[in-house]
Amino acid sequence: MRLVLDLFLTFFKIGAFTFGGGYAMLPLIHDAVIHHHGWLTQQEFLEMIAIAEMTPGPVAVNTATFVGFRIAGLWGSVFATLGVVLPSFLIILLIARFFGGLMESPWAKGFFTGVKPAIIGLIGIALWRLGGAALVDAQSVLIFLVALFLLSVRRLHPIPVIAISALCGLLLP
Amino acid sequence: MKKKTSLFDLFFTFFKIGAFTIGGGYAMLPLIQREVLEEHQWLDTEEVTTILAIAEMTPGPVAINTATFVGYRTVGVPGAAAASLGVVLPSFLIILTIAVFLPRFAGHPVVERLFYGIRPAVVALIGHALFKLGRKILTSSFAYAVALGVFLVQLVFALPPIPALLMAAGAGILYSLRPPR
Repeated sequence: MRLVLDLFLTFFKIGAFTFGGGYAMLPLIHDAVIHHHGWLTQQEFLEMIAIAEMTPGPVAVNTATFVGFRIAGLWGSVFATLGVVLPSFLIILLIARFFGGLMESPWAKGFFTGVKPAIIGLIGIALWRLGGAALVDAQSVLIFLVALFLLSVRRLHPIPVIAISALCGLLLP
Repeated sequence: MKKKTSLFDLFFTFFKIGAFTIGGGYAMLPLIQREVLEEHQWLDTEEVTTILAIAEMTPGPVAINTATFVGYRTVGVPGAAAASLGVVLPSFLIILTIAVFLPRFAGHPVVERLFYGIRPAVVALIGHALFKLGRKILTSSFAYAVALGVFLVQLVFALPPIPALLMAAGAGILYSLRPPR
């Protein structure tokens, strides 16, 4: 019961503080799930992101469901998902109902002038830590470089890149 | 002319959007646009532009933000709930199935080798996303300073992300409201 509440509050916080969605959420999930609670290892986190990338739906919902189930079963996944969704739901309802003009205020503009580049720094840190856990030998560095080449130069979709890398993992000695 | 709709229609449309967009985030936009704007005409072009700007500026997944907004605009609060539930449910069910069955394969040597290859690829994926996002956001020396500052503060002092975000927001407000010289 405590664990379920803990999951709900953790993912509520993640849902409330990640602007822009998608990869902007990763550093907060990374920090909460690995450093703060120790719910997943760095390796498990990377595997979860791969699964989230290959399945439909928002990455934040996928990770909440996955972590919730891992930690506390079905109710864990229900409450973690509810937690990550609820802040957006409530905030959008408020905006749609009351203050459409709030977003144009200079305060809101200043807020995002600071928050957006901060997200870059946060993703950078998560990347630094995950890189240390995944790039463990020459072969994994090679797979990393090939994947980066396929994504940025060949402009391949993430799903084939993940599939090719999985195959490399299987075939390399 | 915008059309009224039923709760079931909202739920089912957003269920479809949730079920057919892989990767999340901006991968969902074309489908949302087609369903909401062209197919059902729940919003007009201007409203779609507004909701996307709002989604960008409010916390949470873009898909949830859009679903809540469209649902509220068409049927009110129950509509918002039906559309949000619809967009979340496919991911929830699929991930639940995977999470239930994954432990049976964990530890199998073939699965271990597959994940050994997948992990560095995910690092590349995040690196690539970071590069693209950085090119869009880091357009001033202030932005570079905040990004680097947050990175270093996290690395050296292990400050949790939320206080770091709030400090950056404060710096951004001060910077934006500074008196013109």
